[in-house]
This record gives sequence, C-alpha cells and structure tokens, in this order.
Amino acid sequence: MLDLINVSYDTQIPNNVGLSSDKKVLKALERWHPGYINWWNDLIPQNFQESMVYLRTAVSVDPKGWAKFDYVKMPEYRWGVLLAPQVEDRRIPCGEHAGELAWQEVPGEYRNMLKRLIVIQGDTEPGSVEQQRFLGLTAPSLYDMRNLFQVNVEEGRHLWAMVYLLFKYFGKDGREEADDLLRRSSGSEEAPRMLGAFNEETPDWLSFFMFTYFTDRDGKMQLESLAQSGFDPLSRTCRFMLTEEAHHMFVGETGVGRTIQATVDAMNKAGITDPYDTDKIRNMGVIDLPTIQKKLNLHYTLSLDLFGQEVSTNAANAFNAGIKGRYMETRIQDDHRLQNDTYKVLDIENGVLIEREVPALTAINMRLRDDYVRDAAGGVGRWNKIIEKAGIEFELKLPHQAFNRKIGVFAGKNFDPDGNLVSGEDYDKGITQWLPTHADGDFITSLMKPCFEPGKYASWIAAPKVGIDNKPGDFEYVKLHMA
Amino acid sequence: MTKPIKQHLIDPEICIRCYTCEMTCPIEAITHNDDNVVVDADKCNFCMDCIPVCPTGSIDEWRVVSEPYSLDEQFAWDELPEQQDLGSSEAETGLEALDEAMAHLLAEAHAGAGGKAKAPASAAKPSINLYTLGKPATAKVQGNYRLTDDPEHDVRHIILDFGGLPMPVLEGQSIGIIPPGTDANGQPHLPRLYSISSPRDGERPNYNNLSLTVKREAQGLCSNYVCDLKPGDEVQITGPFGATFLIPDDPDARLLMICTGTGSAPMRAFTMRRQRSVGGKSGGMTMFFGARGEKQLPYFGPLKKVPKDLLDQNLVYSREGAQHYVQDAMRDEEDKVADLLADPKTHIYICGLRGMEEGVELAFTNIAESIGLQWTALRDTMRDEGRYHVETY
Repeated sequence: MLDLINVSYDTQIPNNVGLSSDKKVLKALERWHPGYINWWNDLIPQNFQESMVYLRTAVSVDPKGWAKFDYVKMPEYRWGVLLAPQVEDRRIPCGEHAGELAWQEVPGEYRNMLKRLIVIQGDTEPGSVEQQRFLGLTAPSLYDMRNLFQVNVEEGRHLWAMVYLLFKYFGKDGREEADDLLRRSSGSEEAPRMLGAFNEETPDWLSFFMFTYFTDRDGKMQLESLAQSGFDPLSRTCRFMLTEEAHHMFVGETGVGRTIQATVDAMNKAGITDPYDTDKIRNMGVIDLPTIQKKLNLHYTLSLDLFGQEVSTNAANAFNAGIKGRYMETRIQDDHRLQNDTYKVLDIENGVLIEREVPALTAINMRLRDDYVRDAAGGVGRWNKIIEKAGIEFELKLPHQAFNRKIGVFAGKNFDPDGNLVSGEDYDKGITQWLPTHADGDFITSLMKPCFEPGKYASWIAAPKVGIDNKPGDFEYVKLHMA
Repeated sequence: MTKPIKQHLIDPEICIRCYTCEMTCPIEAITHNDDNVVVDADKCNFCMDCIPVCPTGSIDEWRVVSEPYSLDEQFAWDELPEQQDLGSSEAETGLEALDEAMAHLLAEAHAGAGGKAKAPASAAKPSINLYTLGKPATAKVQGNYRLTDDPEHDVRHIILDFGGLPMPVLEGQSIGIIPPGTDANGQPHLPRLYSISSPRDGERPNYNNLSLTVKREAQGLCSNYVCDLKPGDEVQITGPFGATFLIPDDPDARLLMICTGTGSAPMRAFTMRRQRSVGGKSGGMTMFFGARGEKQLPYFGPLKKVPKDLLDQNLVYSREGAQHYVQDAMRDEEDKVADLLADPKTHIYICGLRGMEEGVELAFTNIAESIGLQWTALRDTMRDEGRYHVETY
C-alpha cells in the first residue's frame, strides 16, 4: 500500500508520492539527478562538501516526526519529493472556480500560466544557493555555518519539489524547463536567474541575514499564495515547503538580531551612547547601527521589486483562474472572487504620492506586498526592542515603499527613504546615507573572519539564545573536514 | 484556591512569528495579532503537534498557573513572565509531567528529597509529555540483554528504537510503557515509568534509540512484559517525563551518585553523557552502588571498564561476606563524602528502592556533623539550588 505520510526510500529519491510505481517520472528524475549533483558539487567549496554537518532531513510530512537531525555530508543529503497529505474534498479557494473540487491534473486552459509560476518559483531556489556559495569560508561560527548549509540544502530540496511537478505534469516542455533550471545561473551574463534579486551578490554574512529575512520572506509569501492554488499538487508541495521555509526566516531574523546585539553590547561596554560615532564603534569590530539600516534599506527595496507591478493583469488572471490565492486566502472573510471589490494601491499623480482605488482583482500583487510589509515590519520592531533594551537611542525603520525601486510605478523615481520626491542632486547627495557604499561594504568584508571553534563567535555577532535542536552552546554543528 | 493548571505558552523573545505552529495546530488553539503568537489555554489539549515544527524552540514553554494567562495578556508581553511560586506540592505545581497520573507518580518518587525539587542551574531544557496515553509513540525493540547472572534476579537492558519519531530525552528522565491489554474494568493499563539509562544522543551516538534498565518482578504486569520483549516487537510509549532529576551541563560540577539495583539506570546515563561530552576532564563523579552481590549488580562487566578519573566506583554487596550497604560504604569513605558535601559544586543523586533513603540520610547526617554542618539545612539549600535529587520507588 502507498504510505503517503512516511517517506519511502525504495528509489534513489526519497518521496511520499509513490515514485517507485510511477516509472516514467522516476526515470525522468533519475536522469535529471546527476546534473543536479554536479551542480551542487561544483558549487560549494570542496572541504565543506566533505564535512559532517548537523542537518535536519525531512523524513515525513506528519508534524510529529517530520524531520530528523543528524550529521550528514551535504552531497549525501537525501533531497526528496514531499507533499503535504491530500485533504479530502479540497475545494478551489478563489476565483471564478471557487467552490469547485480542486484539480488533481493540470487544467488545459491554465497550463502555461501554471508552468510559468512553477518555473519562476523553481528558479529562485538554486539561485539563492548560488549567491551564497562562498559564505561558508567566512562563517562567524559553526552554528551559523550549519544554518547556512541547512538553508542551502532545503533550497535544493525546494528545487526538487518544483522539478517533480514539471516532470509529473508538464511532459516534454516540463523536462526542458527542468534542465534550464540547472542551466541558468545567478549573476551570469548569458543565462541569469529570472528575477533580479537573485542575480545580486551576497558578499557577506550581514547580506545573507538580510537576504533570508527580506528576500526569503518574499519567497514565503509567494509560497503562501501558491499553497492556496486550486491545482492541488502545487498546493500540497508548497504547504510542506513552508514548514522548512520557517527556518530560513529564523536564520534571517536572529542573524540580524544577533548582529545588533553584538553592536549594542560593544557600545555599552565602551560607554558609547552615540550610534553615529561610527569610527569608534567600527574599531571595536562590530557593525554600526546606521550601516545596518542601510543594508536593511537595500534588501527590503530589492525584495519589494519581487512582487511585480502594483496593478497587474497577470496576477488578476492567476487569481481568477484559481491558480494562485491571497495570503491566508481561506481565512479571509469575503466572496473570494473579487469581481466587484476595489483595493487601494499607491501611485504618483503630478509628482505627488496618492492612494488610488483600483479593481481588487488587478491589485493582487499589491495586496500580497502589503501583507509582506506587515510581516516584515514585525521583525524590525523586535530588532528595535534589542536596541531599546540596551538603552541606545536609535530606531531601525522600513524605508518608504517608493524608495529605490526598479519595478512598478516608483521605478527610477527619486524618492528618499521617507517617501519624499527629491531632486536628482539631493538624491545623489543622500544616497550615501541611505544605501551601503563601497566603503561600507569593504568595512563589513573586513570583519568577515571565519570563527570555526565550537561555541565561539566572531566579534560582530552575538551567540544565539537557544541552540538548534536544543543543543548546548558549544555543540560542534559542523565537523570540518581538514584537507 | 482553585487547583493550579499547566499552561502552554510561546516565548515572545525567541519566536519569529512564522506562524508555522498556528498552521499546524489541528484545533486552532494558536492565534496571533501584530505583536505575538499565543496559545489559547481554553482550547490547547497538549497534543504537541506544534512542538517539532517550530524552527526556534520558542514553542516549548510551560507555566503552572492558578489562573491561565488570557490571550490579551499574552498579546501584550515583551517577555515571558517568571514561574510564580504556587506552593510546595510538586504534583500540582511542578512541571515534571503534564498529565496528572504521571505527575503524581514522579512527585511520590521525589518525596524523599524533603521538598520541591529543582533542576540544576546548568541543566539542558527538558521536553516533557510529547506522547500520552491517548497519543503514544510506537518504538521498536532493538535488543533485550540480560544484565545479571542470577535467574532469581533477572535485570534486563532493553534498547528501543524510535525510527523517525522525535524522542528528545535527557539523562535522568523517564518514559512510560503501556502494557498491552486491559485492566479488570476493561480500561487500558496506565503506563509504568522507567528511568532512561542511555545518554541524550542515543544508546548508540546519533541513533534515535534509548535504553532502559528493567528488573523482572514476580507479579509485575509490566516488568514481565518488558523483560520478555523480543527484537522487532513494538512497544507503546508515553513521555518523556521529569524535569529536575537532570545532570548539570557544567563540566566542573561534581556528581555524587548513590544507587541500588535498577536505580543505576540514570547513573549509567549520567556517566555515559560525561564520557561522551567531556571525558575525564570534569569535576568528577563518585558512585556508591549497592546490590546483593556481583552477580546481581547490573552492568557489573561494563563498569569495570570505566576509568577512575571519570567515575570513582564504590560497589557494595549486602550478601557477600559482611552485610554491607551503601550507607556503610559512605561512612567508610567519610572524608571523600565530607569533602563533596562542603563543595558548592557538588550535585547529589539518590535512586533506588525507597528503603535505602533512611540509611543514606543517616549517613549524610553523621558525615555532615563531622564537618560542623547541619544536614537538613544543607540538604534544603542544596535542593533549592538544584543540587540534591532523590528518585525512589
């Protein structure tokens, strides 16, 4: 009998989708597998590939026993295909088909739309691993290195999840798309990743934490809305991915929080109260709060671009088709069709920021972005509590949504972080105060010294409050392979 | 006063508001506002589904309260409130187990400490009650080995494997075994508690297994069931239980362990934990271990191989030559014990049959007196500092 909860290991690919009796898809995946392993092996520096990393592996989709922690060499990680259990009688939650039985096969009229959404989602997963490939070399602790690799292997698994859907439901062109997911590469001239934020560099650990906090949070919101899909296999895939995605949010939020903690601790120890006393603060081997604000500005605004145009017919079509829902669609109390509703979006009129009512259907992206902004603001509030608790007068802020945008109505406009339209001259003058400069980058890079002794942390980051899997402070999260 | 209740809470300082717990909760007992994610005490039924999915460890928080914290109170928190002092009854105000029957069993076992037990300051945080009578875990028997060389005194080393199920245990904790079948009233049997005898990372390091040390009792329903288990058999498990009889993580802590018979189970776990974590570079462990004779002493063979810098052993026999009990051996080693009693780094653990308590207390009283200390006062201080632990049955 097919066991849909526990993972079957009877094929090369752990899965709960009955791969062993689905020869065609199994064969396609097995053919794709070596290319994936090559991609992985070429990516992460060799001595880390041979290190034993204390990783969690998904072994079931039952909440009680979904993951198991153990030492694993990353290339031997069991990347599997795992879908949340099928909910009996699940209905399409939104759009013109709302209330009908969810699709178990791809509805012909939405085939291309679905495939495109899956490919875009799939493209981000390896993209971020590529961006983070060299970070292991400068890990501020074994704990952080382990968290990085956990994020990496799970992004790898999420790629698998999307590739499975392509193989299973999209035939020949699905296979071609799956190959292209390995062909494109972050930052490449000829074949870059599909979305801009995934072609930016992740040059240092603060960038990594900001990326996992802000950019992975966009990923989380996208997964949340795909989890509402009327195409049930996509919904089930994304629901399970969200369980893992939570760890990525955790790495980002606590990473930035611990960076702030180290800064305010050092300031207090040295009796520095002025957060803008930059040289003195930097001399202590910690990152000054204004620089952290600049990094925040950059990563937040890059991530906002990922939500696309404020008013979008593509998004309207996907919602109307029941392919992509809103954040927590099933918990929203309305008709889930939005034929007659409106939604407020930001716009510019005669150089002034205004709010404009537009048909709610076309504002699906904007609505998800608003949910994202609320979600992202929460963590910033908690970072500020760390600063406040240390008695330092400084407040981190999310910049205005109009600042530093490349996509949408604000693209290319000179808005400052407070949302004021300023002259080109003032913008150029302000920009070194708003976004990280090369000098800021050089300073942060200068702090990126590896710290590989169990229980020890680099100067610029505080120890975590709780260990992974309840492990004690000096736990050896990575047993480094010394070549 | 109404009876205190145990309330599930989420630590707002650690939680990252990913809402995975909220999505996982099968009965929508978890909710959030813009500030905090909170658990509704009126709804939560301790099913524990939310515990393993949390990426942060903020979810496994419990308080004993006379009046549960409301949702609004929890929404307003910046940090978790301290545990209020609700009195000295361990069964009612402790957090050794969430279900009443198990809490009472453990409270009874701890009664010999003379007051409410506290965990050592540096002990790791225990998980409790992940599995219950209604939702037990299924473990597979990996091995069942005879530990004694006396058919009249059959003690078994049982290894249980939990496969993919999480079973986070700490040395000194217990698990419940549910014997199959029903009682005279047709009800399922209540679980019997057994102390875990392997360290937290498994009987075999990094395997999801643990061991128990079980003595066959002539009329014992559960002990006969357990001692007759064969490899491959499946066993229904509850727990883990226990939140105070734990080893300090501080490697400089000195451990004084006094046990008889299967009371050696937690001591074996402690010893293996020290061996695997710090080896001989620790504050040291001293053991007084009583049995009828060599043939009845569990783990006699393996103990011979444990080096003295890790574990200073005093094996005591009551039926070989002179009748010698643990308290006699303690008196023989009076200087050693006195030195330990005077050291604030010392943690004392007593485990075995209830009958041993009196003699051990008396020995402590005499030895404490010899260095000018009043035993009950010292004991109470040590207990309040999490350094004096008794588990007898």
